[in-house]
Amino acid sequence: MNDTTLDLAKTQKNPTITMNTAIYFRRRLINRLTMGISMLAMVFGLFWLCWILLTLVQNGISGIHLSIFTHSTPPPGESGGLANAIVGSLLMTSFGTLIGTPIGILSGVYLAEFGNRGWLAPATRFINDILLSAPSIVIGLFVYEVYVVSMGHFSGWAGALALSLLVIPVVVRTTENMLRLVPSSLREAAVALGTPQWKVVMYVTLRAAKSGVITGILLAVARITGETAPLLFTALNNQFWNSNMNQPMANLPIVIFQFAMSPYDDWHTLAWAGSLLITFSVLSLNIIARWLGSQKHNSH
Amino acid sequence: MENFSNGQRMQRQRLLDQSFRIVTRSFAFLVLSLLIGILISLVIGAAPSIKAFGFGFLTTSDWDPVNNHFGAVVPVFGTLVTSVIALLIGVPVSFGIALFLTELCPTWLKRPFGIAVELLAGIPSIIYGMWGLFVFAPFFSENIQPWLIDNLSPVPLIGWIFQGAPMGIGIFTAGLILAIMVIPFIASVMRDVFEVVPSLLKESAYGLGSTTWEVVRYVVLPYTKTGVVGGIMLGLGRALGETMAVTFVIGNSSRFAPGLFQPGNSIASSLANEFAEANGDLYVSSLIQLGLILFFITFIVLACSKFLLLRLKRQEGKET
Amino acid sequence: MAEIGSKLQVKNLNFYYGNFHALKSISLDIAPNKVTAFIGPSGCGKSTLLRTFNRMFELYPGLRAEGEILLDQKNILGKDIDVNLLRAKVGMVFQKPTPFPMSIYDNITFGVKLYEKLRKTDMDDRVEWALRKAALWNEVKDKLKQSGHSLSGGQQQRLCIARAVASRPEVLLLDEPTSALDPISTAHIEELIHELKEDYTIAIVTHNMQQAARVSDYTAYMYLGEMVEFGDTDMIFTTPKQRATEDYITGKFG
Repeated sequence: MNDTTLDLAKTQKNPTITMNTAIYFRRRLINRLTMGISMLAMVFGLFWLCWILLTLVQNGISGIHLSIFTHSTPPPGESGGLANAIVGSLLMTSFGTLIGTPIGILSGVYLAEFGNRGWLAPATRFINDILLSAPSIVIGLFVYEVYVVSMGHFSGWAGALALSLLVIPVVVRTTENMLRLVPSSLREAAVALGTPQWKVVMYVTLRAAKSGVITGILLAVARITGETAPLLFTALNNQFWNSNMNQPMANLPIVIFQFAMSPYDDWHTLAWAGSLLITFSVLSLNIIARWLGSQKHNSH
Repeated sequence: MENFSNGQRMQRQRLLDQSFRIVTRSFAFLVLSLLIGILISLVIGAAPSIKAFGFGFLTTSDWDPVNNHFGAVVPVFGTLVTSVIALLIGVPVSFGIALFLTELCPTWLKRPFGIAVELLAGIPSIIYGMWGLFVFAPFFSENIQPWLIDNLSPVPLIGWIFQGAPMGIGIFTAGLILAIMVIPFIASVMRDVFEVVPSLLKESAYGLGSTTWEVVRYVVLPYTKTGVVGGIMLGLGRALGETMAVTFVIGNSSRFAPGLFQPGNSIASSLANEFAEANGDLYVSSLIQLGLILFFITFIVLACSKFLLLRLKRQEGKET
Repeated sequence: MAEIGSKLQVKNLNFYYGNFHALKSISLDIAPNKVTAFIGPSGCGKSTLLRTFNRMFELYPGLRAEGEILLDQKNILGKDIDVNLLRAKVGMVFQKPTPFPMSIYDNITFGVKLYEKLRKTDMDDRVEWALRKAALWNEVKDKLKQSGHSLSGGQQQRLCIARAVASRPEVLLLDEPTSALDPISTAHIEELIHELKEDYTIAIVTHNMQQAARVSDYTAYMYLGEMVEFGDTDMIFTTPKQRATEDYITGKFG
């Protein structure tokens, strides 16, 4: 054993620390090692991100033409675009959000404002967490069983419905959290003026939580924009131009799926172009949501 | 001002308040009934298959549409193994990333790196699938897999894991891509909980002469264990249900072939590939039963995590 | 102590937080158009008492009040009382300034619009009147459309006072209104209280004894949920009847 005496403060008359150098150096080594490993982990993560984004841009850019937005999906061998898929996705995403958001907000309001008594609130919260993590393909299966089978055919409405079921849990969770963040003194100030409770919630509390709730909605939209699985058995797909929500509807994710798994090169190009479009939209939505979230902090 | 026990006005306000409460309550109820509805519809859809195969469904590895013989072993195996691989790779890496972001990263890099992690989380799964199929799998099969197969399959006891043709796609690739997908989720949760550890607590440890690693291991981790467990469960839930990324690269084979480089199937990928063209009631019903099984697995994972979190919290309550 | 024409009469009020007996048999009278201050160490129940006057405690489960509180001879704790209308008659200003997330103008008109239908010109007049009463008009008259949050802390608190005053309540409850403000803003608000009492009955809770001495006509000293002494401010601060009161006033504890 090696005992070295280290003088920590030569001016001090107190005895200096006697240290076991072997243990100390071992500790330092472990520390250096783990810090190094964590740096490697960061590099590992960044590596994949860069590789994926790079290949996405490389392969996708070559496929982006104006015709993407003006022509519908072609049969193999012919030229075309993704117009029907883009429109279909836009329609179903919009309706999915329109259906899911009010349900989500009102449930979130119940959980935050009335959720302190009774059994319904804790149960709903638990169920909501499950729905949040539920595999989206199971949601698609559910909508198939309940809606497509009874309707007799696939449709854009079924797709929108499946998407709305994915929107609801996200909006419920963020709405409840944002409402809970509103200080109770604000609520009390409104109540002190003689405001009935529903007005307190709608005109004061919800307004105060507005930007947080909107951020939640944007994140929900970003989530459903990239979802493929729930659309597989609901909206199916449509080769041709179709804006009738009651018919099978083309959409970007399934078109990408179909084209990518095929052996045709020009279909592959379109698939990459579609992938680039989707990723761009999702990332933009995330950035906007984040920007909105930070705005709120700045103005207060 | 009016007399403040005006009955009419009071009644109207009370009615409005009550209706508001009822309306919001019924929407909350709707969310609750959604889950029940999903369960019921899945059970109804799976009923023919449950009746036909009983418990044998869970132990048969046949998947024979022609002879109407179905079993869940291959898809369940694929789902579970790919998720386990995803966690085995993903959790340590996420931990490393969270550690880096909170303790090591210079301040000016924190935001861009943090944003990079969230970007990774935002990329839709179908993109991962595309990339996996067209970019990673070929690269893997040409450059890395042959080396691995040649050098590792002769190893006694564990060598059989690495046997197979270097196709690029397969269970391991699917697991790896899942890992890359869950890393941003787990890493963000870990980073968020690491960041709220009170600096006073960490400073007390540093003040005693601890190294950074020791502070993390003995102070930060115990303090944040509920959040860390929650994050891992979140990642696991995502990995279990992930469809598109896995479907592209898992190989879509219904033959039971344990081995990392073998093609296989997961529940989600079976559904994605076969549901639309499935004919015959038993075929469709078996697929739905697979969906039901997946739902149960996810449910159990989530319930376990909530239970675990509760127990951890209770332990902390007793100790402090 | 019962004066004919008391604005608020508290009769044998007991208040419970669940099983905890927070206010014990409180009885007092609050005179109209005067400022009554409630002082006492933390936890003595003064804010709790104030919040019974507008039944604010009913927002939270498990809190209950027993006894009578008469506002103009009518028991406001009774079941037949429209609570919202009561709260419009009894205004409250809180410790922290709480501007609503809307423009200054909308903040002021929020309470008014609940119970009165005014033409735009009348509403504008009311807004100006309320802001003048709160000594804020000159500072904000050009930026009525801006958010309430754009004001300083002292201004925000005066905005809350203006908002409370705008619906023309009869009683104003002030719960430590200056504890979050700097001395200059505090002085402004104390001046305001002096002017407001001509039109309103004011009850103020403060942990600052000197403020109570400066501002109020009557003072109540509370300790551990009991009303120890109540009387003329001058008398309480110079010749208190109870030993406990004297100990608190002279700083022997607190």
